[in-house]
Amino acid sequence: MKLRRLAVLSAAFATLAATTVAASAITVGFSQIGSESGWRAAETTVTRQEAEKRGIDLKFADAQQKQENQIKAIRSFIAQGIDAILVAPVVATGWDAVLEEAKDADIPVILLDRTVDSDKSLYLTAVTSDLVHEGKVAGEWLAKDVGTNPCNVVELQGTTGSSPAIDRKKGFEEGIAGHDNIKITRSQTGDFTRTKGKEVMESFLRAEDGGKNICAVYAHNDDMAVGAIQAIKEAGLKPGTDIKVVSIDAVPDIFLAMEAGEANATVELTPNMAGPAFDALKAYLDSGTEPPKWIQTESKLYTQSDDPKAVYEAKKDLGY
Amino acid sequence: MRIDTRNLPFLATLAIFVVAYALCVSQFPAMLSTRVAMNLLTDNAFLGIAAVGMTFVILSGGIDLSIGSVIAFTSVFTAVTVGAGLHPAIVLLLVLVLTTAFGAAMGGMIHLLKMPPFVVTLAGMFLARGAAFLISTQSVPLSHPFIDALSSFYFRLPGGGRLTSIAMLMIAVFVVGTIVARRTRFGANIYALGGNPQSAELMGVPIGRTTVAIYATSGFLAGLSGIVYTLYTSAGYSLATVGVELDAIAAVVIGGTLLTGGAGLVAGTFIGILIQGLIQTYIVFDGTLSSWWTKIAIGVLLFLFIALQRTILWSTERGQASRRTAAMGAT
Repeated sequence: MKLRRLAVLSAAFATLAATTVAASAITVGFSQIGSESGWRAAETTVTRQEAEKRGIDLKFADAQQKQENQIKAIRSFIAQGIDAILVAPVVATGWDAVLEEAKDADIPVILLDRTVDSDKSLYLTAVTSDLVHEGKVAGEWLAKDVGTNPCNVVELQGTTGSSPAIDRKKGFEEGIAGHDNIKITRSQTGDFTRTKGKEVMESFLRAEDGGKNICAVYAHNDDMAVGAIQAIKEAGLKPGTDIKVVSIDAVPDIFLAMEAGEANATVELTPNMAGPAFDALKAYLDSGTEPPKWIQTESKLYTQSDDPKAVYEAKKDLGY
Repeated sequence: MRIDTRNLPFLATLAIFVVAYALCVSQFPAMLSTRVAMNLLTDNAFLGIAAVGMTFVILSGGIDLSIGSVIAFTSVFTAVTVGAGLHPAIVLLLVLVLTTAFGAAMGGMIHLLKMPPFVVTLAGMFLARGAAFLISTQSVPLSHPFIDALSSFYFRLPGGGRLTSIAMLMIAVFVVGTIVARRTRFGANIYALGGNPQSAELMGVPIGRTTVAIYATSGFLAGLSGIVYTLYTSAGYSLATVGVELDAIAAVVIGGTLLTGGAGLVAGTFIGILIQGLIQTYIVFDGTLSSWWTKIAIGVLLFLFIALQRTILWSTERGQASRRTAAMGAT
């Protein structure tokens, strides 16, 4: 009796599963890490906008920084039978099983902003920025800006040991390589925060004769640069003229500083990872075009001549 | 037919689950599929196993806050030692011995030092989390043919659902847990201890031994849960499963177990786990709600159940009192 009931139930399940596959517009699930930083909030906003622009129905799941929540969300997406899945993986490890399940269900997975250590065949493509390239763009800008004049640079590093800190340092050094007039004289961590950036800059200024020996400051993110600008002002110097300020990320606040002439350049870490992802996905679904396994986002350079006020207006409502 | 009032919370939980699932299905028919049903089991396997241990602890009137940290410790320990070349079978055994001993030690302290379980297991929580960080702060990938065979084993059901090894293990733990609670001396002792420690002692329940055994069981199941978590993510990460002990407590209470101990069912915890999983699944299916609604829904459910338990307690007390006065009037 019980057995028969079970058989009937599972048959009902099977027919239901078969009938729910029909779909019209594309539905894409997005498993986001959380909203731990302004940049990530902006990424979420931009992903929603890009989906809307293309008429894609976006299912959004915030994992609250937990991998198990992300795995659950991806499994639920698969069960729902959606057309594709975007994931910003919180850690690099432990995705094999769930990615394999998605592959089994013929649902393409695209990684956003971070990568995983799983086999490349388990995902369609990864859309990320190149951290080394970002640093290099910043370095090249400085090299071009100072020309042949001697320039002592102080560096505010990101969190010690973090990959953005390591790669952005490396990239900057590549950018200024071959310009012997530019030297990094001091380099310390400012932990990616505004307060630490200010503190460390203050100690740099004291150590370098009140800042007279500093020609430029390179910060691994804009927040530290904003802190450094404060410190320079308090030391009685003019940021942007006496000491040049170059940083990475392109958050709205740095454009206000640029507008005021206090910051010189920033390299954008674009929050628009979803745009290229959706384009690659569309090509794949429409004509079966396999995208390359890595899509690098543009690391755009912004300077004072790029109408910082307008950029600020465009960015300020993204949730940074 | 008379329903035992003590089982009323369990029946309420069951009813809520059935109604909630039906509502979900009416909105998203795809939720009535073997995939979703099996996902509920697989995705909550580690939480479910840990929650069985928590059920025993709460039934005895205690609490175990160390569970989440023990899971993280287990996962990091397993990933690192297997990475160093030890055979996984030995590591798994070692880990279970370690976590059981850890639980037993906490139980011993609670009994011998007459300390509240809250304080002792809070210390245990910090200790285990710290130990996990000491081993590795990075997320350590785990790869070994033995582990892969374990984690990738599943039965395919019609409709694409997968009954995975860890889901089956969770069900087994719930079945064994129910038998232990209902059919063994140890189980009876737990209920007696949670109901009233003084009378339990007078009845001849070995308080010390039972307390140590309860926390050892919880430690063992936390270790097992950690192994399942490791299989689930095939990695060890010291920051993982923060706050899982609170999810487990919520599942136990939503499952109808009295937070003060003495009454409840292991099966109730199972439904409690499923309700939490169902809420999360619904939110992902909807795709526009903030995932923090999970927490809000669980908070509301918890309030509801605590209120329900209170009312039942009052009504049974009043019932007993009126029966007593009626009996006195008759003599």
